[in-house]
Amino acid sequence: MEKSPKVVIRSDRHQATPAQEFMLRASDVGLNGRESAFDEYRANAFDVYRALPFPSVRDEAWRRTDISQLRPSMYEINPDDEMSEMDTVPAALLDPLAAEKHAGQIVIAGNSARVELDKDLSGRGVVFGDLERVAKSYPDLMEKICGFAVKPNEGKFAAVGSLARRGTVLYVPKNTVIEKPLHSLLWATGSKRLLLSHLIIYLEENASVTFVHESASAEDPVNSILHAGIVEIYVGNGANLRFVELQSWSRQVWNFTHERAVVMAGGTIDWIFGAVGSKLTKNFSDLVLQGAGATGRMSGFYFTDGDQHFDHDTSQNHLAPHTTSDLLFKGALRDASRSVWQGMIYVAPGAEKTDGYQSNRNLVLSKNARADSIPGLEILADDVRCTHGATIGKIDPEPLFYLASRGISKPEAERLIVEGFFDPIMERIPFDGVRTRFYQSIHSKMSPLP
Amino acid sequence: MSELSIRNLRVGIGDKEILKGVSLDIKQGEVHAVMGPNGTGKSTLAYTLMGHPAYEVLAGEVCFNGVNILDLEPDERSRMGIFLAFQYPVAIPGVTVANFLRTAINAHRRSKDPADKGIPIPEFLKMMRQKMEMLKMDPAFAGRYLNDGFSGGEKKRAEILQMAVLQPEIAILDETDSGLDIDALKIVSEGVNTLRGPHLGVLVITHYQRILNYIKPDFVHVMMDGRIVESGGAELALHLEEQGYDWVREKVTNGTAQ
Repeated sequence: MEKSPKVVIRSDRHQATPAQEFMLRASDVGLNGRESAFDEYRANAFDVYRALPFPSVRDEAWRRTDISQLRPSMYEINPDDEMSEMDTVPAALLDPLAAEKHAGQIVIAGNSARVELDKDLSGRGVVFGDLERVAKSYPDLMEKICGFAVKPNEGKFAAVGSLARRGTVLYVPKNTVIEKPLHSLLWATGSKRLLLSHLIIYLEENASVTFVHESASAEDPVNSILHAGIVEIYVGNGANLRFVELQSWSRQVWNFTHERAVVMAGGTIDWIFGAVGSKLTKNFSDLVLQGAGATGRMSGFYFTDGDQHFDHDTSQNHLAPHTTSDLLFKGALRDASRSVWQGMIYVAPGAEKTDGYQSNRNLVLSKNARADSIPGLEILADDVRCTHGATIGKIDPEPLFYLASRGISKPEAERLIVEGFFDPIMERIPFDGVRTRFYQSIHSKMSPLP
Repeated sequence: MSELSIRNLRVGIGDKEILKGVSLDIKQGEVHAVMGPNGTGKSTLAYTLMGHPAYEVLAGEVCFNGVNILDLEPDERSRMGIFLAFQYPVAIPGVTVANFLRTAINAHRRSKDPADKGIPIPEFLKMMRQKMEMLKMDPAFAGRYLNDGFSGGEKKRAEILQMAVLQPEIAILDETDSGLDIDALKIVSEGVNTLRGPHLGVLVITHYQRILNYIKPDFVHVMMDGRIVESGGAELALHLEEQGYDWVREKVTNGTAQ
């Protein structure tokens, strides 16, 4: 793989940006009163949302992701009485990916949610359901677990995402081990739609879960969707979460997410990202190793084509001693697409014996595609081991000739090289179904665009 | 009976002409050796026969089974039955030997029958194990990334493994002996000898006579300054081993002077 130096181009963009604002009233998001903690949380988010400006390329985190073309006022919340979109969900998206069978599945389509959960799990105190309904049924629980990790004031999209009524909550009590995976699907259709979602996964001490979360929408050349999502994860002492997140939005979706996982002492998270969809994605994913001996692994697979733009902003925060983080994000780019990865390892004072690793590798398949890779370290402890690496390469002619000399045609040779490039990510994924999905994505991304 | 027929082949790279009219016929069942000092165009001949895009054919033709293969892409040439064992095999990180071999086999099968579903996995594994045994390769080798971190000997063995699996009609071995110790050279040569037979024509390109002690050639050609200047039987190689290339060079110079 040829390595070329990273190129960051600074440009001044002082173009006049038309005022960006959502046309969002309190009634659109069902705000009425501040009776429960959940009401209070959302009412507060609404105030924050109104106060915050849209980000622009003048903000450091948004320097490489220009959303000045976004017209948020176009997008509206679905009315409450809209027809259910449950019938439009493709059956293939309901298949389990991490095992033969699920322990439970939630499908959110438009304003409706459909939940299934193995009976014995609800008997053991596991709560799994739609955000608003869980808030109604378990107000005290909601007060504890909603908004503990992501705050509405982190940005415009964090604030608007916090207004979500639909979403998924998983709460797993102490010492509860769920063998079969849980699955959530966020499905969207429709046009000029403002879609808000909020996912909460909360594992008490020594709980263990595999969770697969997918976002997807119907391909539609005309209509577009704006999604603002929140993901909050808590991994208690000694708990263990395997979390797979698949971003399969159609190409018309503007996708903004704020995600944070807090891992307590001796807890482990294995966090897998697969991003192939959307028109533009700006994703903040933060790992917070809060307790001593906490471990987090983040593995990212992305493939952009056409004019897609993905921006993954990750941070690995070591706040306690003996914490370990290991991030590997690998992406391929073709056509005129673009990717940005910026990562930060932060080691707090006193977080000794910390081991942090981050690596981002990009394979640029066409001359008009561009990848930016910006690793960062901020270390305030003495006895730590932190390493990082970033590469941007392309396919060399010599491997292509070598494979051709064995009878392998150029498109197939390129696919083989790209699959090989992604192999280190595949090796980190313990689920056949997820790997198969990624291989299918490579295959379809490397076929000519329709 | 297939035959690779090279006629007056002239090849350049950049502005420099390297092959200045090479003619050679290799029939199935024959082993030819092309010897010569460094920089005389031996590897250019190997790469050109396989279709490396950096080499520009200025004149001549190379016919194989009645087709001028110079018009074909490298992968098409391979699927016709031509094989090149590289002097410097290329690493393909992340692609295992097994995955690569299966992809190559299936590419060959599909070119013969577009409806082919690919080699059944059990059949493939059995075949691969057999060939690896022949080359005294550890079965774990199949799971390693192709040429990635291989030793010199492992790379050359992997080349012969590919040859054994793809069963070409004409195989070109480009400096296969370079970088091999005597044990590795024996194993690689034994592998080639096992594959020798009425269906395989071999072109051994080498600087040293050493490999020809193990792979006995039927014909030996000496290449100098982009031309084949001397041809003979196996004894020519031994003569070169004893006398070096100077006598050939003198002969060529005198010949040119006359």
